[in-house]
This record gives sequence, structure tokens and C-alpha cells, in this order.
Amino acid sequence: MKFPTETSPHVISHANVPSVMRQVAYALVPGTAAMAWYFGWGVLFNIVIAVTVALASEAAVLRLRNRPVQPALTDCSAILTGWLLALALPPLIPWWLTALGTGFAIVVAKQLYGGLGHNPFNPAMTGYVVLIISFPAELTQWPPPGMLAEVHFGPLETLGIILTGELPNALTWDSVTQATPLDTMRTHLGLYETLEEIRQSPIWGDFGGRGWEWIGNWYLIGGLWLVFRKVVDWRIPAGVLGGLILISTFFYLADPDIHPFPAFHVFSGGVMLGAFFIATDPVSASGTPLGRLIYGAGIGVLIYVIRTWGGYPDAVAFAVLLMNAAAPMIDQYTRPRTYGHDPAGE
Amino acid sequence: MEENNHKLWHFHGGLKLNPHKKISTGTPLRRVPPPDTLTLPTHQHIGDPAEVLVKVGDRVNKGQLLARANGYISARVHASSSGTVVEVGQRPVPHPSGMNAECIVIDTDGRDDWGDSRLPAIDDYTALSPASLRSRVRECGIVGLGGAAFPTSVKLNPLPHHTIDTLIINGVECEPYITCDDTLIRERAGDLIESARILRHAMGNPECILAIESDMPAARDALWEALGGEQADGIRVAVVPTIYPSGSEKQLIRVLTGREVPAHGLPHDVGLVCQNVGTAYAVYRAVRHGEPLLERIVTVTGRGVEAPCNLEVLLGTPVAEVIATAGGYTPSAQRLIMGGPMMGIALQDDIVPVVKATNCLLVASASEIDQPQPMMPCIRCGECARVCPAALLPQELYRHAKNREFDRVQEFNLFDCIECGCCAYVCPSRLPLVHYYRFAKSEIGERERERKASDLARRRFEFRQERLEREKLERAERQARKRAKVASKASAPDKKAAIDAAVERSRARREQRSADESARPDVVEQQSGEVENTDQIHAREQ
Repeated sequence: MKFPTETSPHVISHANVPSVMRQVAYALVPGTAAMAWYFGWGVLFNIVIAVTVALASEAAVLRLRNRPVQPALTDCSAILTGWLLALALPPLIPWWLTALGTGFAIVVAKQLYGGLGHNPFNPAMTGYVVLIISFPAELTQWPPPGMLAEVHFGPLETLGIILTGELPNALTWDSVTQATPLDTMRTHLGLYETLEEIRQSPIWGDFGGRGWEWIGNWYLIGGLWLVFRKVVDWRIPAGVLGGLILISTFFYLADPDIHPFPAFHVFSGGVMLGAFFIATDPVSASGTPLGRLIYGAGIGVLIYVIRTWGGYPDAVAFAVLLMNAAAPMIDQYTRPRTYGHDPAGE
Repeated sequence: MEENNHKLWHFHGGLKLNPHKKISTGTPLRRVPPPDTLTLPTHQHIGDPAEVLVKVGDRVNKGQLLARANGYISARVHASSSGTVVEVGQRPVPHPSGMNAECIVIDTDGRDDWGDSRLPAIDDYTALSPASLRSRVRECGIVGLGGAAFPTSVKLNPLPHHTIDTLIINGVECEPYITCDDTLIRERAGDLIESARILRHAMGNPECILAIESDMPAARDALWEALGGEQADGIRVAVVPTIYPSGSEKQLIRVLTGREVPAHGLPHDVGLVCQNVGTAYAVYRAVRHGEPLLERIVTVTGRGVEAPCNLEVLLGTPVAEVIATAGGYTPSAQRLIMGGPMMGIALQDDIVPVVKATNCLLVASASEIDQPQPMMPCIRCGECARVCPAALLPQELYRHAKNREFDRVQEFNLFDCIECGCCAYVCPSRLPLVHYYRFAKSEIGERERERKASDLARRRFEFRQERLEREKLERAERQARKRAKVASKASAPDKKAAIDAAVERSRARREQRSADESARPDVVEQQSGEVENTDQIHAREQ
């Protein structure tokens, strides 16, 4: 009797790239829902726009590159890129900015480097950084979280704002947006106010920006689920949070009047999203176990450095990209000790 | 000390695989009847093929030597039953390529007659010296029966500076489905303990650890019963957690002793010898019964066979007959694998014979194996590095192997890869990683051979150049000598004159004497005047 021959192993686990990506997407749901709860329908519309553009541009480039289109679209990686980028954008941002950022993320940051697995930089963060450098005003127009907002838009109104870029009822942008907690902190610290004074503002919640802190918690829950499922390596989020907490604790203890407490840093802005969903993108992260801790810690420290002394309050994207650039070097110096090489001498 | 002995260590990575051992352990060990034809490859081991000693038409007894070991790392081949040699030539052997290799084919006579081919039994193992054990093992053609088939006598021969303090008998069968070692332990625990005593004695009484896996409770009980407890007489039964690939020699050594075998070294370097239980049992048969390695236990399993079981099979028996003894194929038989699902090789055909390394014949159905999946790009998720028992970076090895950067793969320690398949098992991109490592290893081997060949050619060329140079020099010297000769010939007249003078002088003396005898003064005067004259002339010439 004749049989086909295949190379060993003859059995494999049932994990595959689409299932990994899908699990990340599931884990994003609680945080996304929380964000939509606090910031309105715009969050969801942005995701729809970004995901659509991501899939369309991925398909277009693959067609141009004469590569099979279908497997790349069904691996869910483009969906995640669009989704993550949308979560970083203000909820009422005009649609074409979302589309532009997503298109850049997929076409330039991902496909021009060779597609899935070949991009040295995180595509979503690259798209975000292109937008924040090119359109800083639009990118910082965040409405206050739900309980603080004076105006609430329904789904149709929100869609109208996003599609036309115009506010209804003669409202001005100033009346519907407000500085984010991070911005507020920066500005007021710049005015030599003490932290205690700044914390009197209603924008502060229990341990971070009001609303933001809870969004962060939901991302944390989704992220811990990913860690538990071993979809992401615990070392990267542990590194990010550990690095950020360490450096912020150091400065907080040195002078608590002008340095925000560590929980503020962890639960404001995109830190939780960044730590569990963005920094953990394995393609652009360090690949060795020790390297991942260092890579994560580097992001955590850079978030603090950029927030405190840098030009932008939105530090996560820049921190991630900077550490992306450092990842190959980190890998080079953190190779694990192979069995039987320089034995530990136990 | 007591607690320390029982401590277990961890090795990096590894996998918890679904066990499928129960499929084949339901029935007791049986024997496959001697087949009509035995096909015995001369290369069933690591090292050089054995050298054939018989020719077509020879009658052979069971246990008779057919081919002798060809070099230090090689192993003898014996007739596993009596009969007539009908062919010595190329036959299909178990190999994924379906390739042919030199085989000795015996038409059996059904008598299974030993004749006088059995070696003398050694009843008193305490009389065994390490050297006599080694020569017995070598005579009996014993190789490692765990699957790698490394000649056992070599493993039993540590260098003088090695002190062996621990002997490990490896019953850790970590591949799912395979139960031949488990069966052997359950059925022959007493003989196995005896083999441990023999090996211990011959190795200078090192501590002996008989290692089995935590999912082999029946084997553990059998060993405890045979030993009279968990440990006795320097032999200890150790149960290690069921983590693939803890049965791999290096990983098992790590788990049991915490020691690591150096990358380019051997277990001897860290004071260890490790033998598979099947090998130890073969040593026992060789010593106590004088039997060469003629048969082994083979697990026949998977949903592709009717009645999965463990069978005692004569080496050289066609796989098809082994499967037939296990009830034959079921309609769902999809793939024939020699070995386990993780490291086994897929066979093209069941006409190939059972060889010394055949521990398992897995006939898998479609539901038990995975068809090759479309590959996706590596997303550097790092799962492979997490599970690699050698603590390598499989994703980097893959990248460099794929790009044919062979210097880089060696930098990333490709040759420490044991090809266990853990990385390919977990890879979400479905990359056949082990395949790439084998490719890189063979490619590097090929390059190494080419480099050696070109080195040889270069050395030969340089030698020739040197020779030509030397010859030229010698020629030049010869010519110089010749020229010098010619030059000295140019001054020959002087010499000739000197000779002539000498001749003249001696003639003169002779004439002088005859003149004295004649005593005629006038003549003498005249003659002496002449002589004087000649001398004067010569002196002027000079």
C-alpha cells in the first residue's frame, strides 16, 4: 500500500494567525464599548470607517503586488490595524482624516514593507503619528467624557459631523471639545499650579482622567484575558506598565507637587490600550523573552519622558515607534542561552 | 542527600500533547510470525554501513553474522532467522524519500534454527569487565532502540578522563501513541532491572536512574515490584512529568540531574550514560542469552489499523506483515509513519522492512494528522521560542534558513536543534519549521563536504605547485653542478699534466731501479740528465 509522505511533525496545534488576530479583536470589545459609552457614537463610526478603508487599501495593494487577496483579508490583521487606529482618534474627527491615516498605515507602513509580518513599525501607530504631525488641531479635539459633556449627539448627528466636518445647530468646536486630562495636566503644570490644585478640576476621577480611567480598566480586563490565553506575551505589557510605574513613582516621590501620581499616568490616555494591544504587536516588537521586557519597559519610560518633557501629550504612539526602531538591536543583545552553551553550572 | 536525589529540574519549553497511548496498550505483547522473506539493510544505525560477509546462495543460521561493523561508529547485522541468502543489493528502506539502500535478503526456512550462532551466555555478570561488556554489545550489533540507532558500544566507552557517576535508563516515551517501551517495562520489568545491574556493574557502579513518565503507572508498579521498592541496590525509579520532549536524551538529563550536556559534547562529559530501556533489554539478552539484536518491540497504532497493539518483530520483517498481524488497515488509513507523530518519518510504502530504529508504526487517519496547511508569513509571535526545548530562537533560524544565510543560522545555533517539532506544532502561521532546519543542516553539510573537497583540491594543487617548484629548483641545482663540472673540465690540461708528470716520475723511478741494477754509470748519468730535463720542462709548463 502506498502513502503520501509529509515532513514531521504530523500533528499541529489549532492556533493560527486569523484565530490569534480574532482573539485580539474580541479582547478589544470591552474597552471599545466603554469608549463608546463615554465618548458617543463617533467611536463606532470611526472604527467602521477605518476598518473599511483598511480592508479596501489592503486589497488594492495586494492586487497591485499580484498577491492573493483573500487570505490576507481574512487574516484579520488589517481589521485590527484599522480598529486600533480608530480607537486612538477623537470621536468626531472628519472621516477623511480617519481614512487618510488608515490608508497610510496599511499602504505605506505595512504593505510597502512587504505586508503582514514584515513591517518594522506598528502600522496603526505610524498612521496615527502621520495624522498628529500633519493635523495636530483636529487630532486634539476630544469631547469631554459623557457625564461632563453639555451636548450629546445622536447617531445620525454624529455621522453628519464626521461626514461633513461641520457641527450642527451653530455649535462651535470650542463648546463641544475640551482639553483631555493629559493636556490639562500639562497646561496647568506649565502655569506653576500644584497637583493638588489641578486635581480640583471635575475632569479628574478617582485615579485618572474621569471616564478614561474606566476605559483603561476595560482594556486592562481584555488585555489580561489575552495574557491568560497566551495570545500576547505577558512580558510586554508588564514591561510597559512596570517601566511607567517605576519612573513615575520615582519622580512622584521626589516632588509630588509637580509630578502626577503613578496611577494617573497608567490610567490616562492610551496607556492600557498601548500596553496590551499596541506594544504587543509581535511583528514590530522585540522577539526574545528578555528583549520583550526591555522593549516594554522602554515604551513605559518613553511614555513618561514624552509626556513630561516632550512636545506632545500623546506619548504612546511615539514611544511605541521609537522602541520599534530599537527592537532589532534589543534582539541582538538578548538572545537566550541555548541548552548546553556556557552551562549555568548547576 | 535523599531529597536531593529525588529533585526534578525543568527544561526550557516543551509541550503538553494529547496522549494517545491507550489505543495500543489494551492487548498483551504478541509476536509477529517469521515472514517468508527478511530484508536486512546494512545501514540501520548512525555511522558507516556494515560490510557484507555473505553471498547469494549462502545458508545462514539465526543469529549468524551477515555484515560486520565497518569502523568504530558502525554496527553488525545478523540474520534474524535461518534460511538462504537470495539477494544482496539495493532495496527500498524506511526513508521519507522512498530511497533504496544495500540490503541482505534472506528466504527463511521456517525452522528458526540457531545452529551454533548463539554466543556463550554470561551467567555471572559480576565477572564482566567494561571492556568485555563493550565487546559483547558490539558483537551483538546493539544500537540505541529509542529511534536514533547510535551504536551502543560507543556510548559505553567513556574516555579515561570521564568519571561516570550516573547511568540513566530511559523509559520516558514522550511521543504520543508510542508504547513499546511501556510494554517492555510492564512485561519484562525483572529482566530490565537485571540489565540495569549488568550495566551498572560494567560501568563501575554508577547510580542508576530508571526514568519513566507520569502517565505510565502500570510500568511504574511493575518496576517497583521487580526492584522491591522505589529504590534499591543503587537503582532508583524516577517518574518525570509528561512533557514532550522529556524523553529526548539531553532534556531527560536536565530533568533528572539538572546538568546540561555541553553543546559540542556528550553525556560522558557531565558524568552520564543514557540508554533506552529497549537497548538495556537488548544488552541483557546479549549478556545472559548470548543473543545478538534480532528483534524488537514495535507499537502498531492509530485509527488506520484494525487492532492496535505492541508486537515483537524480527528485524527485516516487511511493515505490511506487521500491519497484517495487527489486523490490517482500516478504510480510514491515510498516512504511514515510522515513529511518532512529532518526529516520525512518513513512509511511502509498506514493503520496507522493520529496522533497529523502528519503534512505532503509526497508521494515521485523516482526523489524527494534520494535512499541510497554507503557510502564512511569520508574525514573530514567539510561540516557537517559548516551546523550544533547546532554548533556540526558531523564528530567526527560519528567517535565515529561508534566506539561505547559512552563516547566520549557525550563529543562532542551528545544530543544537533536536528536530523535536515543538516549534512547528505551535506555529500559528503553519510554517514547516523543522523542514527548513533540515534543509539548512543538509545544505551546510553539503557545503562542508564541498569545502573539504575543494580544500583537498587546493592542497593537491598547492602540493603540485610545490613539487614543480622543487623540481625546478633541483633542475637548476643539477644544471649548476653540471656547469661547475664543465668549468672544472676547462682546467683539465693542468690535471692531465699533473697525472702525466706522476706517471713520468714513476716511470723514471722504475728506469732508475733497472739502471742501478745494470750499474752502468754512463747510462745512468745520461738518463738522470734526461730526467732532470723532463722535470724542468714540466716545471716550466706549470
